[in-house]
Amino acid sequence: MTIATRPPRHSFRFRGRNFLALVLRPEKPLADWLADLDQWLERSPGFFTGKPLILDLAGLAFDRAEVVTVLAELGNRAIRILGIEGADPVALDESLPPLLTGGRTSGSVEAVDAIARRPPAAPETAQPSPAAKSGPRVKPGASAAPAQPEAILPPAATAQSLLVEAPVRSGQTIMNPDGDVIVLGSVASGAELIAAGSIHVYGALRGRALAGAYGDERARIFCRRFEAELIAIGGYYKVTEDTESGLRHKPVQAWLSGTELMVASLDQAEKEMGTWRKS
Amino acid sequence: MAEVLVVTSGKGGVGKTTSTAALGAALAQTGQSVVVVDFDVGLRNLDLVMGAERRVVYDLINVANGEVRLQQALIRDKRVDTLYLLAASQTRDKDALSEEGVRRCILELQNRFDWVICDSPAGIERGATLAMRYADLAVVVTNPEVSSVRDSDRIIGLLDSKTVKAANGERMEKLLLVTRYDKVRAGRGDMLSIDDVLEILSIPLLGIIPESEEVLRASNIGAPITMASPQSAPARAYGDAARRLNGESVPMTIPSGRQTLLNRLFGRRAA
Repeated sequence: MTIATRPPRHSFRFRGRNFLALVLRPEKPLADWLADLDQWLERSPGFFTGKPLILDLAGLAFDRAEVVTVLAELGNRAIRILGIEGADPVALDESLPPLLTGGRTSGSVEAVDAIARRPPAAPETAQPSPAAKSGPRVKPGASAAPAQPEAILPPAATAQSLLVEAPVRSGQTIMNPDGDVIVLGSVASGAELIAAGSIHVYGALRGRALAGAYGDERARIFCRRFEAELIAIGGYYKVTEDTESGLRHKPVQAWLSGTELMVASLDQAEKEMGTWRKS
Repeated sequence: MAEVLVVTSGKGGVGKTTSTAALGAALAQTGQSVVVVDFDVGLRNLDLVMGAERRVVYDLINVANGEVRLQQALIRDKRVDTLYLLAASQTRDKDALSEEGVRRCILELQNRFDWVICDSPAGIERGATLAMRYADLAVVVTNPEVSSVRDSDRIIGLLDSKTVKAANGERMEKLLLVTRYDKVRAGRGDMLSIDDVLEILSIPLLGIIPESEEVLRASNIGAPITMASPQSAPARAYGDAARRLNGESVPMTIPSGRQTLLNRLFGRRAA
């Protein structure tokens, strides 16, 4: 998914474009980290092919020689780095990838943890993103301070929602790595919605809906008619069989409560809110 | 310039070929010139349903590859002389079709006929995408059951992305033709209702063709149902659908078999 923003027209035409980059974060000692990486690459060869990669050196205090070494080692493994984050500007010169700042996290799913906390038989498509499938220290999103992901969740103002006015057909995937997905029509059986934020469907939801696909556990799913095959928030998922049959065909919302995916009728929620206000 | 219509469904066995032949014949019977083109290379059937299997010399692949002139490959129907067939090759496969060849062939047909009706193969692979590629209008054939409806939904998605019209940002017109509809079973809830199907697919309805043994009989004798037994319920339903394609406004009814006294006395021999 590429979001283009068009700046005012000058004699040259520039376009801003957001890409979702993977952030690779080496650890010291470097040799051990590289050995881990090799082991992992053996299992998933070609994982990095064609993916934009950022090297996060925050807190590592690498000097120029060390940065060059890391880049060379990665280069030997056919991993090319687009930019470097968190390095001392003195350590970088023009021959090295540029220093990037201002990256905002799109959720920091530590791939290993993400797998551990997910039910073991999670279908592959329920994985929040290809980046979070497996592997060490690979986080989707450019993260400035990976140690405390919750503290730096993207401000709502920058989230861009994606509005789909047509029905989503079987076999189609609608993906918004930047924010919410809003569908005015129905989502057919066999279709898939993936959003970094929440998902709103104003028709019937018959396909799959994966909200908070990059780890945002506050994301929710709303639909006017609930017949979904699968819903997931922040990597926790539920198939239709596991949801209460009384909710089928009803307007519902789904949210994450701790580690449990909750589904409830929207009418019910409204009623409850009403009684709560009265008391 | 002809309207290019693709008859497609995703799922196999729902009645694409039967519908192609019936709609083609019904349109030709109104005096317009019609060509039906079989895109099911390797598994051709349209020639059988049209009763022309013994007259196929050249086929779509020969024309698309520029090996013969269009004139040599077109087979004129013996019953309606404005109806033509362009058969598929049975010995080749779908890879033998090139996109450029198909484009040239369709363009040539468009200049000659009022209607070009392409019978798409089942599936979503090359054959099916080539059949829909240059279409102006799609008839999506669906049986009132869940797997057929889901496959049709998939095809509608492809029609909105893989056709030249869609690529140019134009609106691809899609019409729903529900076939093998059984009023009794739908009433019992054994079958999806028309409303259910329309709700899921949300495209305009072209017609509802009732389930009937007449259809099988017609394909066995090698004639489109609208010619084999023009008074039968499915033939009348296809006739109505063809009139709607022509822009006439025809009320949506589901014709049923004639219940004559004799029929009632001797049971349901003819549906």
